[in-house]
Amino acid sequence: MSEDERDADERSESANSRAAQPRDSESSEGASSAERSSADHSSGRSPREGGETVSSDHGPDDRRTFYDQARWTESDVQYEPLLSEKDTTEVAVGGEESPLPDDLTRDSLELPGLSEPELARHYTRLSQMNYGVESGPFPLGSCTMKYNPKFTEDVAALPDAAVHPDRPAETVQGTLGLMYRLQDYLGRIGGMDAVTLQPPAGAAGEYTGVLVAKAYHEANDDDRSTVIVPDSAHGTNFATAALAGYDVLELPSGEDGRVDIEALEAAVDDDTAALMLTNPNTLGCFERDIEEIATIVHDAGGLLYYDGANLNALLGRARPGDMGFDIMHYNVHKTFATPHGGGGPGAGPVGVTERLAPFLPSPRVRETRAGDFELFEPDHSIGKVHEFQGNWLVLLKTYAYIARLGDPGLADASAKAVLNANYLAEQVDYEVPFGPFHHEFVASAGEQDAADVAKRMLDYGVHPPTTKWPEIVDEALMTEPTEIENKRTLDQLAAAFNAVAAEDDETLDGAPQRTAARRIDQVAAARTPRLSWQALDAER
Amino acid sequence: MSFEVPEDCRYLDSHEWARSEDGTVRVGISDFAQDELGDVVFVELPSEGEEITKGDDFGVVESIKAVSDLYAPISGTVTAINDDLVDAPELVNDDPYGDGWMLEVDIDDESELDALLSPEEYGDQIA
Repeated sequence: MSEDERDADERSESANSRAAQPRDSESSEGASSAERSSADHSSGRSPREGGETVSSDHGPDDRRTFYDQARWTESDVQYEPLLSEKDTTEVAVGGEESPLPDDLTRDSLELPGLSEPELARHYTRLSQMNYGVESGPFPLGSCTMKYNPKFTEDVAALPDAAVHPDRPAETVQGTLGLMYRLQDYLGRIGGMDAVTLQPPAGAAGEYTGVLVAKAYHEANDDDRSTVIVPDSAHGTNFATAALAGYDVLELPSGEDGRVDIEALEAAVDDDTAALMLTNPNTLGCFERDIEEIATIVHDAGGLLYYDGANLNALLGRARPGDMGFDIMHYNVHKTFATPHGGGGPGAGPVGVTERLAPFLPSPRVRETRAGDFELFEPDHSIGKVHEFQGNWLVLLKTYAYIARLGDPGLADASAKAVLNANYLAEQVDYEVPFGPFHHEFVASAGEQDAADVAKRMLDYGVHPPTTKWPEIVDEALMTEPTEIENKRTLDQLAAAFNAVAAEDDETLDGAPQRTAARRIDQVAAARTPRLSWQALDAER
Repeated sequence: MSFEVPEDCRYLDSHEWARSEDGTVRVGISDFAQDELGDVVFVELPSEGEEITKGDDFGVVESIKAVSDLYAPISGTVTAINDDLVDAPELVNDDPYGDGWMLEVDIDDESELDALLSPEEYGDQIA
């Protein structure tokens, strides 16, 4: 988009919003406003020159974004080269006699010899070729891609936050106190009696939770072999149960996308160790029969496990503990806006009810009678699932986020997350077969291929939803805008959805056209994957 | 769209075929199955000497669209597997009844073949 077009768009937007304000229809100001809007619209929206055209008609409500991602090519194939491809300089190393055998040492190394501006440009370019929640809307369903507020980074960067985990408890009372309060916050948010902060990720929390369930049954000399998981559950649920040594029984969903009570009654028996559920479920629908579900599982001696993936819908409004859940993990990167994955440090705290507390990992933090804080090992602890007290700086960000929002802020977050999902779904032309839904909805791309829809949405400058899952919706588009979007960005998202919904297969097959990376050859990527940079070297 | 359903094969309703040749039985997946799957990128097969049981899964076929279990149309002992599929899984797409074969099996009971779907019956199923 040229500068002129962009300016015209902005003028047009602002004129439209003025025109939309309630006003006396006979006032001269109102009339001139409408005229300006109309004039800007006709002059500003000239057709794009060259290339493929995204748009054809632009009504006054058209919010489609025009988007071109930064892209550098050489011979039309290469993106930003690797640093080692930009320059390699032979650097002499060693000098002193090495204690290693001669065949394991060398005299020189090839290293990129780049100046600071060259290096800065490299990383800036990489960031421009990327897309994140700081680029635009990111409604990746089930992933709760909230914006991570920067103040939590400031808190984690405080010198006092850099504490060696081996320091004696009496010298780190502030840190331990904060962990204790975080255990308490999370416990109260989830309705759980005891919390461990140690697991280093959501899936690790899940695994910890199932190990706790297993240890509980074993302590009761209760031999149980099976974990029940609904067919719409997160893939990690199946994997977690299997990794913990359980047989996994897949529970078919009912016609309304919720747990089928009859199927559950048929599946539960005295081999049932646990039922793993998330609520609202993967379709965003609330399991209304949750109390009956809990009774069925508990009457058979099983435990009810809550996958915290969808906790953002409930914050400050309902608690898994009150619904009868015995164990839950918290995805702090989702619900509490700590950074998502990327292989970096994460945290997946686990909460349990009183009877399971003795089995939690060691150590936990408790308050002494004197009001100090100390680490302790629960009586029947399953042991360690990670070093020390977990990933402290991630936990600190979690704490900061919860403390900053407070009870009203958390309740506001869930309200807006639910409102945003429902507003967006209402604007989107694709059918949404299951409802009523809460913080996310699963639309169906119908005759279109959901993966192609996703690729095409990239061309409109938005991140696409999660696709093709859950499988109970054909060509699923699982969409979760989260509470961070406003009406304007939700309208932008809806416009992207609806533009793609109206496009033909040929356009979808060729997408994306405007991103740094274009259509990926998925077959080649799967058949001959390049799993390290050496594979690139080998091809040259 | 019509799919190839060779007359000399018998079929399982989950789209595997079995064909008797020279005292052994070859097993693979049908033209319809490869088309439904799309580009096959990986095939996991049992080892030679393993027993397979009619109706049980004996391997996995993975395409860019889906991962599917493979079901044994017959019971017997695996005498050979198609090693070419390791490096060239696309053979399953290119020639599902020929070079894309998967197993050779020493069948326990020849009559099991007769119990499978005939080409006509299978052709009706996928029509």
